[in-house]
Amino acid sequence: MCSPAARSRTLLAALALGAAACRGPQSALDPAGRGADRIATLFTIMAVGAAVVWLAMVALTVFAVRVHAAPRVERRTALFILGGGALVPTVVLTALLVYGLALLPELVAPAPAGSLRVAVTGEQWWWRVRYPGPDGRTVELANEVHLPLGQAADLRLDSADVIHSFWIPSLGGKLDMFPGRTSRLALWPTRAGRYRGVCAEYCGASHALMAFAVVVEPRAALDRWLAHQSEPARPPTTPLGARGAALFLADGCGACHAVRGTPAAGTLGPDLTHVGSRHGLGAATLPNDAGTFARWITHPESLKPGVHMPAFGMLPPADVRALAAYLEELQ
Amino acid sequence: MSPEAPDDESNQSLWFVVAAPLCWAAHFLVSYATVAVWCERYAGRDGSLYQARVAVAAYTAAALGGIGLIALAAWRRYQHGGGTEAFDADTPLGRHRFIGSATLLLSALSAVATAYSALTVVFIRDCH
Repeated sequence: MCSPAARSRTLLAALALGAAACRGPQSALDPAGRGADRIATLFTIMAVGAAVVWLAMVALTVFAVRVHAAPRVERRTALFILGGGALVPTVVLTALLVYGLALLPELVAPAPAGSLRVAVTGEQWWWRVRYPGPDGRTVELANEVHLPLGQAADLRLDSADVIHSFWIPSLGGKLDMFPGRTSRLALWPTRAGRYRGVCAEYCGASHALMAFAVVVEPRAALDRWLAHQSEPARPPTTPLGARGAALFLADGCGACHAVRGTPAAGTLGPDLTHVGSRHGLGAATLPNDAGTFARWITHPESLKPGVHMPAFGMLPPADVRALAAYLEELQ
Repeated sequence: MSPEAPDDESNQSLWFVVAAPLCWAAHFLVSYATVAVWCERYAGRDGSLYQARVAVAAYTAAALGGIGLIALAAWRRYQHGGGTEAFDADTPLGRHRFIGSATLLLSALSAVATAYSALTVVFIRDCH
């Protein structure tokens, strides 16, 4: 038998583990944005309300069966059933509904004019991200969204194929993305850091592998990052990378992928101009290194079932290494 | 036979039981359609919902009025015959009272559901 002290220690350890599981880059219970904060509070109130109702029901059951196991007056019992079974639940549900609905206007309000605009298109199974600039030029990248700390971001969401859903649990609520329709989502990040966004609507075989990296940083840092992203790719600096750059064009990679500053201008797949600088590969599900590039080039289907990119397993290993080195150099 | 004399059950109808939920369903459908058409055709994505909210308020008043009348008729059925015979008795009067009881409870549920549907436009004031 465990002593009371040992049981207490075990319980505390379990609670600490449970609390630790609530944190992380993709937790709605660890909010880092205004919308997520309201939603987390709503969840807490709903959970506490449900716990109170459940405890009251258990207490009443114990009272009826154990404490006061005697015949009741029928009329009083009927009134008790009506009150406890209909009136009290209606009042509790109404209070929770009113509280939940009162949150909605703030959660669905558009971002103020002048907010940073980000256009995100969901595609099977990655995210096309565009930052329209004031000069009319658009900076395109993939699977990574940078947002300004303490400011609103105006996200314009749509889809190129099926219905997806854009969700950064740490920052706000989710919003569906429809083909042919642009939805608007305002996010107000309040804590700098790296977070993880996901597709929250089943969209096909690799739905669970459709994530993206989110970086919340001060506006000045974001502007520097955006300026870098808007630049064309730098020429490779190593012989292996230079050979990879030539192979990239010779093997036809540029038919689907763009690398700005080179003849590669495909738009079917993700823009790879600065792919080496991203926080992950394969829609933020794999580490960004030469080994992953090589596996992706030769066996993309094994990393993302159903992926549209064809396998280039027929390439000599030396060519694959050169291509991987080139892509890794695209910082 | 009229409902006040339930010995002959030939003209009794179970449609009475679902009348109140039908009011709720109609209120939901018409409110939904009104708001959708208003925002899509007239107000635009960021337009005001004011006119549609007024319409939903009118629908709500009509639906709650209808449900109230149904509940009143149900109460009369439930109280029929002095309300002394058990409403689950296997007799014409028992069945008559049972229908009244079921309709009364469904009316209460429908009234709450209709009010919950209408609560949405109390808080949502534009089409965004």
